[in-house]
Amino acid sequence: MSSLHIQQVRKSYGSTDILKGIDIGIDDGEFLVLVGPSGCGKSTLLSMIAGLDTVTSGDILIGNQRVNDLHPSKRDIAMVFQSYALYPNMSVAENIAFGMEMRKVPKAEREKAIQDVAKLLQMQHLLDRRPSQLSGGQRQRVAMGRALVRHPQIFLFDEPLSNLDAKLRVDMRTEIKKLHQRLKATIVYVTHDQIEAMTLATKIAVMRNGELQQLGSPSEVYNKPANTFVASFIGSPSMNLIPGRLVPHGDGLALEIEHNTTEGLQIPLPPQPDSVTAYVGKEIIAGLRPEAIGNGNLQKHELTRQVQADLVVTEPTGPDTLAILKLGGFEVTARLEADATYPAGHRGLFTVDLTKLVMFDSQTEQRIA
Amino acid sequence: MMTIASSPRQTRAASFADWLEVRLPKLVLAPSVLITLVFVYGFIAWTSILSFTRSKTIPKMEWAGVLQYAKVLGHERWHVAVHNLMIFGVLYVLICMVLGLLIAILLDQRIRHEGTLRAIFLYPMALSFIVTGTAWKWILNPGLGLEKLAHDWGWSSFHFDWIINEQMAIYTIVIAGVWQASGFVMAMFLAGLRGIDQDVIKAASMDGASLPLIYWRIIIPQLKPVFVSALVILTHLAIKSYELVVALTGAGPGYATELPSTFMYAHTFTRNQLGMGAASAVMMLLTVAAIMVPYLYSEVRGPRTSSH
Repeated sequence: MSSLHIQQVRKSYGSTDILKGIDIGIDDGEFLVLVGPSGCGKSTLLSMIAGLDTVTSGDILIGNQRVNDLHPSKRDIAMVFQSYALYPNMSVAENIAFGMEMRKVPKAEREKAIQDVAKLLQMQHLLDRRPSQLSGGQRQRVAMGRALVRHPQIFLFDEPLSNLDAKLRVDMRTEIKKLHQRLKATIVYVTHDQIEAMTLATKIAVMRNGELQQLGSPSEVYNKPANTFVASFIGSPSMNLIPGRLVPHGDGLALEIEHNTTEGLQIPLPPQPDSVTAYVGKEIIAGLRPEAIGNGNLQKHELTRQVQADLVVTEPTGPDTLAILKLGGFEVTARLEADATYPAGHRGLFTVDLTKLVMFDSQTEQRIA
Repeated sequence: MMTIASSPRQTRAASFADWLEVRLPKLVLAPSVLITLVFVYGFIAWTSILSFTRSKTIPKMEWAGVLQYAKVLGHERWHVAVHNLMIFGVLYVLICMVLGLLIAILLDQRIRHEGTLRAIFLYPMALSFIVTGTAWKWILNPGLGLEKLAHDWGWSSFHFDWIINEQMAIYTIVIAGVWQASGFVMAMFLAGLRGIDQDVIKAASMDGASLPLIYWRIIIPQLKPVFVSALVILTHLAIKSYELVVALTGAGPGYATELPSTFMYAHTFTRNQLGMGAASAVMMLLTVAAIMVPYLYSEVRGPRTSSH
């Protein structure tokens, strides 16, 4: 197991910049998830770590070794591909052992390694089958087995769950997390699914258009998004981003939400740091997670406020009910208790929890608090 | 309600359109089905019948049992023809496959002008065998082809007269045949190579396999269906090849490049041995069928057994 450092890594094809200077560092045993919409460069970055793509400039370090010019097979890494990339003409056992065969590991040792991995992934009964005789989940297991048997410094996963059906995806996700806990392996994992990112990662790197938007723990990325892109990309339903203005209110500040068609709404804020008070009288974007807006399900405390809102529609999901509210003229999503029943058009008081309120500059869209 | 009220003429027109829609495919196909039935299967049957008669110049319905087969099998020229077919068939199929695969692998390395090169390699297949045979007859003719060229350039010891050499003439047919078909085989292999998942190659590369090893262990084994198709197509081309020999060597010198097909033609149409010609034709048909029938059977059955 080893640390990984990506320093000012760029990738260009001609005049097109795919990656525009990425800096990411993770420690030994961390689970890094690269997440972002398609075309953000996350898969290219993974290919570059794997050595399947060349680096235009910058350095990639595995442990203390610069690996830019090392052949993929010499980097001591193993990769699980989205398509699994099993060798179709070989049995499962041969698939797992192929890398060892290429490295001229003695046959007895190979047999033992195959048995160990098969036991770990509970697939002893599959060893003699061909990939074409396996289900999607079993192929996924074999692909992981082929990576595990190498005991590499770093595991690379390229959207490994995206070809599985929804139920299996959740099961395999748990298995991968268990595996990470047991092996204490360093893992780099690419996905476009923010739930996979949140559940698996110890560190999330959110990317967009070849730029790193934010690098942090799942809770940092979720609770303190660096900008509005991260705020809306992570979390489902996504964070409510409400345009508003900071106005003086008594000794402190208030958030004024005013849509030009309806009367405004003022929410008094707790004392704010200087970075925020500098914005008095200016436009900002307020970010509130749906679970920070509720009714009876939210504990009232000194940082909760009662606000008047119109209910537009409710969407029961089972564990809770999502509601679209009109708050100061803007539609926001709220998470209410499971058995909340309101008629459409209901007007009433809802609770807003300001502990999780984040604010962004309306021009740069960067977080100010 | 509107359709019921519509005029009888309209209904009739509509029903004719319906009738046409149902039967049009059958009507369109009928002539070719009929032609195939008569000229392929009808004549196969007719030839088979003739092979059991004493027919000589004209068909004669006199039962001869397997006499004609015995005569063909005892014939010196038939032995030469079968022996030649062995040499030609094995070399033609093998060299075409090896060369085709090699060119396909080289073309698959993401080179520039791949389209142009592919067309160049594939083009010989667009020529008729007669043109190929005639062209190669000139190229291989010692008096005006390669040998003369080498002599004119001053390499006077150069000697290449296979086409007039009884021992070597059959190999000139292999040369011309390979020239014509290897590009086609290349196209088949190239299509197969393009169908291979690039991730598998990346995975093998990360596993530490060198490029030749990746081809040998991972890629070529996946081309098995292409090998089978190429083998079947080339083998039946070899067995029925006729025009190439006629144009290139005329089955000569003497009858040194006789093939079963030229044997059949000679006995049927120039030597007044209709029965023997028919018997040799039936034997060729059975050989081709022995290869094609299992292949077609596996093609038809194949998808059902491999999918699950």
